[in-house]
Amino acid sequence: MIKLVGVEKTFGKQPVLRGVDLTIPEGKLTTIIGGSGSGKSVLLKHIIGLLQPDRGQVLIDGRDIAHLKGQALNEVRKKFAMLFQNAALFDSMTVFENVAFPLREKLRLKGDTVTRRVEEKLEQVGLKGMGHKFPAELSGGMRKRAGLARALVMEPEIILFDEPTTGLDPLLAKSIHDLIVAMQQQFRFTAVMVSHEIPEIFGISDYVAMLKNGRIAEMAPSSEFVKTTDEEIREFIFVGGTVAPKALQAEGR
Amino acid sequence: MEGIARIGRFTIDLTEQMGRMMLFVLSSFAWLTRPPFRFYQIVKQLNFIGYKSTFVVVLTAVFTGMVLALQGYYTLRKFGSEAVLGSAVALSIIRELGPVLAALMVTARAGSAMTAEIGIMRITEQIDALDTMAINPLQYLIGPKLVASLIAVPLLVALFDVVGIYGGYVVGVQLLNGNEGAYWSSIESAVEWKDVYGGILKSISFGLLISWVCCYKGFHTKHSAEGLGTATTEAVVLSAVLILVWDYFLTSVLL
Repeated sequence: MIKLVGVEKTFGKQPVLRGVDLTIPEGKLTTIIGGSGSGKSVLLKHIIGLLQPDRGQVLIDGRDIAHLKGQALNEVRKKFAMLFQNAALFDSMTVFENVAFPLREKLRLKGDTVTRRVEEKLEQVGLKGMGHKFPAELSGGMRKRAGLARALVMEPEIILFDEPTTGLDPLLAKSIHDLIVAMQQQFRFTAVMVSHEIPEIFGISDYVAMLKNGRIAEMAPSSEFVKTTDEEIREFIFVGGTVAPKALQAEGR
Repeated sequence: MEGIARIGRFTIDLTEQMGRMMLFVLSSFAWLTRPPFRFYQIVKQLNFIGYKSTFVVVLTAVFTGMVLALQGYYTLRKFGSEAVLGSAVALSIIRELGPVLAALMVTARAGSAMTAEIGIMRITEQIDALDTMAINPLQYLIGPKLVASLIAVPLLVALFDVVGIYGGYVVGVQLLNGNEGAYWSSIESAVEWKDVYGGILKSISFGLLISWVCCYKGFHTKHSAEGLGTATTEAVVLSAVLILVWDYFLTSVLL
């Protein structure tokens, strides 16, 4: 269970998070939405301890990681994986080596065991036979798939997705969303996604939370979220009159 | 008043920066003592910092020795002292030029590449990715570079010394027809263990300086292409200046 209590973060003189309270349900896909520069990625980085809050608690299974460092923080991070905006693949390694990296470095696995697990994950994300390629030789969508394979290979309890479809065309974005949903349903990990993809995220997320003015303005199941009465949120999610088909059905429109 | 405040701010910033640099290197060494021990990474870095710098170091050494012999020969001939050419070349190289020039060449070739590599990893979130995998970047990325540099730079300096002395021999004896016996015997009688020891001590400290400064600058690269350029320039300039300043202090202590 991930729980944030009164998390505040200021960069220089610019407050970004002004007291975030958020509980992420276990085994579900929760998406955090919000305007550009509203602090969504900053919030995500607090959850995995890449950033430390100025005030507040970040509780992972009841343990506050807000001020953990070194080995203690690494112990907690074993539960996590993260898919970065640009996949953050190691560019000096092939796709195979990238996916094998945590197995070799963390679990100290070798030989056939590594090969088997890596090839299995590459197949699951649709990259069978692409292991020998370097990240620079892959398209944006393929890089995200490789990043997802690397995130999945350690079978983590929690996966964080930082704008996983940024820079992809709508079809590729949909294929990545579908893949995330399929993997989440298959492996039942807790997924936290930061995304701008409105209305698509309402069709794939179990829960949606909106970050506004440094706080969580609303959090609800996806189908409930679209019924919000908050004018600013409605304006944000119904911009241009578009909304996800599932959410429309939920609203009875 | 404003001027004093500015000096104060500058001093505080400088002290903070020095403190951060010190913590950076101490943490990196501390992480090296914890398993898993990454010998393969150290060997990889030894290849990159050491083996791949061999050519440029040999080239610099041979021409340094040659020009020293050329200058030294005509200067010493005025005093009828050509016989001490070997010792003049050898002492200059072993005490000063070997450690300093080899370190500067390693900074230019390997140090700048270290900063750029780590900087790109920072910008493209590869370092954050290591963190999220519970792999400490100081242990995985920085520690092996520090160790490899500590080993490789003294070896490169030793190579520089030998090649430089032979470069001097080629010019002083083969080209200018100096006395071969006098060249070698003057080296044998003039060079003492403390000269060699001083050179080794310098080269070890330069090895640490290069990897320390270059890794630190890369690790703290700002998130832009311009930031990467600035970090690389700062790393090379700061390393070069520190090498020269530290060389002066070490020489004044060792003499």
